[in-house]
Amino acid sequence: MKTNASIPLLTVEHLTMRFGGLVAIDDVSFTVQNAEITALIGPNGAGKTTVFNCLTGFYTPTVGRLTLNTGTRRYLLERMEGFHINKHASVARTFQNIRLFPNMSVLENLIVAQHNRLMRASWMTIGGLLGLPGYQKAQKQAVDLARYWLDKVELTDHADVDAGNLPYGAQRRLEIARAMCTKPVLLCLDEPAAGLNPKESAELNQLISYIKNEHRIGIILIEHDMSVVMKISDHIIVLDHGSKIADGTPEAIKEDPAVIAAYLGEEA
Amino acid sequence: MEYFIQQLINGVTLGSIYGLIAIGYTMVYGIIGMINFAHGDVFMIGAFISLIMFLVLGLIGITWIPFAILLVLIVTMILTSVYGWTVERLAYRPLRKSFRLAPLISAIGMSIFLQNYVQLLQGARVKPIQPIVEGGITLIQSDTFVVTISYLQIIIVLATFLLMSIFAYIISSTSLGRSQRACEQDQLMASLLGINVDRTISLTFVMGAALAAVASVLFVLYYGVIDFYIGFHAGIKAFTAAVLGGIGSLPGAMLGGLLIGLIETFWSAYFSIEYKDVAAFSILVLVLIFRPTGLLGKPEIEKV
Repeated sequence: MKTNASIPLLTVEHLTMRFGGLVAIDDVSFTVQNAEITALIGPNGAGKTTVFNCLTGFYTPTVGRLTLNTGTRRYLLERMEGFHINKHASVARTFQNIRLFPNMSVLENLIVAQHNRLMRASWMTIGGLLGLPGYQKAQKQAVDLARYWLDKVELTDHADVDAGNLPYGAQRRLEIARAMCTKPVLLCLDEPAAGLNPKESAELNQLISYIKNEHRIGIILIEHDMSVVMKISDHIIVLDHGSKIADGTPEAIKEDPAVIAAYLGEEA
Repeated sequence: MEYFIQQLINGVTLGSIYGLIAIGYTMVYGIIGMINFAHGDVFMIGAFISLIMFLVLGLIGITWIPFAILLVLIVTMILTSVYGWTVERLAYRPLRKSFRLAPLISAIGMSIFLQNYVQLLQGARVKPIQPIVEGGITLIQSDTFVVTISYLQIIIVLATFLLMSIFAYIISSTSLGRSQRACEQDQLMASLLGINVDRTISLTFVMGAALAAVASVLFVLYYGVIDFYIGFHAGIKAFTAAVLGGIGSLPGAMLGGLLIGLIETFWSAYFSIEYKDVAAFSILVLVLIFRPTGLLGKPEIEKV
């Protein structure tokens, strides 16, 4: 997919989310570029996950516009809901607490993510039952894509294990692989390094950088682990109490007095 | 001994029909955790559609029996599926986000509605049809007793196992089946992967109704009499079968159906026909005391 460099992949304008009297996000605007890693950081309760929930249709924002521009089409994410966001706008996400399908095998978790392509090819299952060639081909492509990602996340040897029985770190990697199997243009990762040991965390950095460099998609990352954030992100947005307090390159953010104040408290 | 074998054949036939209906209960429970009490009445609708179809085919002179049965099966499956889909669309989908009991109450209402709808349109009298498939094979002939298996019984058992295999294949190896299992485990995540959860649930109802339609055609052929109330009886039995086998489990539904069919048949044969329902339900109570999740059901493990 060709993307015009001047138009950002995702433009968030004046995003505000209120729950009754509680303002979770207050007038936040930012952009996400294609083939870049944008990190969303901030202290606990800053509203990072709420931004994700607005992007993926869990919440309808109180105010604001979320425009996704794929180069060929423009989608207004705040007006879409449920499965349309992944099916049409190609936004995928992972969760802070892992949400795999625990009673399905690792491979099936990756193939179920390619449901829409397979359903079309199998003509609502009937063609699949009859073994039509178009379906066979789609099925093979789906398995190939799944194998490709299994290889990338180093789970090829565990393809037939139930996803619920994998170790924690492997489940995290599988969740990213599953999101990638939907062929997204925007990948939202919610604390992918949470609970990983330093070695696993370093491998995860490589995986995320690989996705950025090879697949040229936009990635938004919520992360607490600053070693991850500073190393791999191209662009950092800092939220505090629902407002954006800084926006810039990792080097600039490190020096930003407002960020230091939010994280470490004001100097007396 | 001959008597026993004959009862075994009869029991398996009855059990197959129960099993086919039970799958509809178990699939719907698996995916949305609700007992579709209108399912028995969808079966009854199927029985009426197939009866009417048989009469129409007789009138227009299609009398080659295998073709007639196939045609009736296809038409009944399609029309009954439309009923199953409509019931879900009208009575359950609007209540999906409501509290847990709401769709259950709506299901009971739908069941009463369907019964009265058929009673008004078709009348309350019992509707008979002359036997369509006749004849059979004599298996054992002794001086006192003849064991026969009718062609119809062979058709019923074969059709059941064929359909069971097809549906087991759909659930385990097709994209639709995978998305059904995904919705069963985590609907929210399924929708984030681009799966249309509402449509997947609708298709589950359609599949359940199609199997109930097959059961209803077989029922009409086997018993030859139907009325607007058969859905309630068959539904309660099939529901019992689904619970006995472990609700949510497909092989469980089939096993439960066979067991209920066998228990009923043997009880009627050796003890008293009046108490056959008591026997079936007592076994259910006993099984649930010792295995609350049913024979093949998996216990739900709450994660902390």
